[in-house]
Amino acid sequence: MSNIRSAFENGKAFIAFLTCGDPDLQTTAAAVRAAVKNGADLIELGIPFSDPTAEGPTIQGANLRALNGGVTTDKVFDLVRELRRDVTVPLVFMTYANVVFSYGADRFLSTCREVGIDGLILPDLPFEEKDEFQPVCRMYGVDLISLIAPTSENRIAMIAKEAEGFLYLVSSLGVTGARNEIKTDLASIVEVIRRNTATPCAIGFGISTPEQAKKMAALSDGVIVGSAIVKLLEIHGKNAPGPIGEYVKSMKDAIR
Amino acid sequence: MTNPKGRFGIHGGQYIPETLMNAVIELEQAYNHFKNDPTFNQELTELLNEYAGRPSRLYYAEKMTKELGGAKIYLKREDLNHTGAHKINNVLGQALLAKKMGKTRLIAETGAGQHGVATATAAALMGMECVVFMGEEDTIRQALNVYRMRLLGAEVIPVKTGTATLKDAVSAAMREWTSRIDDTHYCLGSVMGPHPFPTIVRDFQAVISKEIKEQILQKEGRLPDAVIACVGGGSNAIGSFYHFIEEKNVRLIGCEAAGRGIDTFETAATVNTGSLGIFHGMKSYFCQDEYGQIAPVYSISAGLDYPGVGPEHAHLHDIGRAEYVPITDDEAVRAFEYTAKSEGIIPAIESAHAVAYAMKLAPTMRNDQIIVVNLSGRGDKDCAAIARYRGEDIHE
Repeated sequence: MSNIRSAFENGKAFIAFLTCGDPDLQTTAAAVRAAVKNGADLIELGIPFSDPTAEGPTIQGANLRALNGGVTTDKVFDLVRELRRDVTVPLVFMTYANVVFSYGADRFLSTCREVGIDGLILPDLPFEEKDEFQPVCRMYGVDLISLIAPTSENRIAMIAKEAEGFLYLVSSLGVTGARNEIKTDLASIVEVIRRNTATPCAIGFGISTPEQAKKMAALSDGVIVGSAIVKLLEIHGKNAPGPIGEYVKSMKDAIR
Repeated sequence: MTNPKGRFGIHGGQYIPETLMNAVIELEQAYNHFKNDPTFNQELTELLNEYAGRPSRLYYAEKMTKELGGAKIYLKREDLNHTGAHKINNVLGQALLAKKMGKTRLIAETGAGQHGVATATAAALMGMECVVFMGEEDTIRQALNVYRMRLLGAEVIPVKTGTATLKDAVSAAMREWTSRIDDTHYCLGSVMGPHPFPTIVRDFQAVISKEIKEQILQKEGRLPDAVIACVGGGSNAIGSFYHFIEEKNVRLIGCEAAGRGIDTFETAATVNTGSLGIFHGMKSYFCQDEYGQIAPVYSISAGLDYPGVGPEHAHLHDIGRAEYVPITDDEAVRAFEYTAKSEGIIPAIESAHAVAYAMKLAPTMRNDQIIVVNLSGRGDKDCAAIARYRGEDIHE
């Protein structure tokens, strides 16, 4: 069984996303530890990409700040090595296909296994293109995490049947970023997912408040929060780990 | 040359967010249906002929031929199309298709503004809403086209992210499409992006080579020895090449924007300086660093200032069927000025890249040989920028 499942064993999972190297890698490490200490069950580490087409302005900004600060894929691997001295929750990478492709899929995924990465999320790799990386992910025991969107409709069953790690259910149309209201009929999507897989399902995109988290967690196995955490890094910079810890605690408390 | 998954050799594919998958599948199904529909084709032909002014002329550039001394040079006058470039061929096709699909809103990216103007034009004609994304840097370089789009009723959104040029406009249009799919068609302007766009755009632009073939056979009784076109994403080039791909004796030459030179970082010559990657929905060649970060490319030409190339071009390069040569800003500007003085034709600075290579190639060929240069657009939009390049400020 994949290590990722352990994230779903403490009630509803709280999944925190951060862009590595925003504003620097030391702050990322401190923020990850603050999130884990305050109840985050799984951490999504974003490897910055120059042109993150699935991201809204908040995470786009984080990618830019990180790259301007000189972050590279190799430095992100070093960060994970350092984190794994004491961080035991599942860690997954969230990045774009070209970051993995250009590093060399075999080299990238063998390094993932070596440093202790459990899964990989690539928003620009739909079901039809999975073969690009799936065989190599299998070889190194890294779960390739699939996304399901409000527009997936007839594709939900097909994607769910082959899901690994957890299913990332995208709450709304559009890109990442905080939203006032989530209108998608997620309950009926989750129902189709449940009929097709036992893999846990977490909802992300647009969730920023404890109330939203509670609502989304009631429908699924957990919530994913990115932009709201990245926003704290944007505001507080190097001093963000404290506020991030408090924020994660309020979110995890809301979904317990 | 496309297989069912939209591959050209190893290139192409559909590397896009799940949110868009059903939209591209729906588009593919609609296209496969309508491309064989006689009514659709009749309507499109009528639009191309009566509205856009096709067929475009294949003009024998006699003066240029004599001055350069060598092969006979013909210019395919896509610059004479309505809206002033080849872009209208694709846009009329896609807008008509979108309309048949029940879409009421067109979104588009634009570099030089020619594709944006063409899309705004088609939207006005067909009574559709239109939003065009344009890099902020390009809205300054191509201010006249911004005004044209607004005049045509389109909303122009300056994109401030990244390098604020064409690639950022594509990213912004893709983001917009993921947020509004039901009523919106993304009218992509080049032979790039996820399948089926590279195939759809190629098919709509293939009218260029179809006409060249008929016209040159009529005028010369033989096929040309070389067909030359500029390549950014590559739509006018693939349109010019398509019906010659199986004619192995016709050299196909794509001219990339080398900017300040392919040995500098200020270049946009993707095939010459890039490497294999996955971006904007496709596997192809891209200008990027060792970690796969997309490079901030540069060219004087906003229309060629793109860090990737269409997947079919990448494949034609791989199999050696087409050649891709770099042309610097300086060479393009000289060709721009030369074409104006020699033939009384002001080409788009993009198209001037193709003329620049013809100027090098023609003198090396015999005078019984033939070169066709695709003059993909007209250069009025570039006059202010070229004047600036020459140190003159002419205040548009």
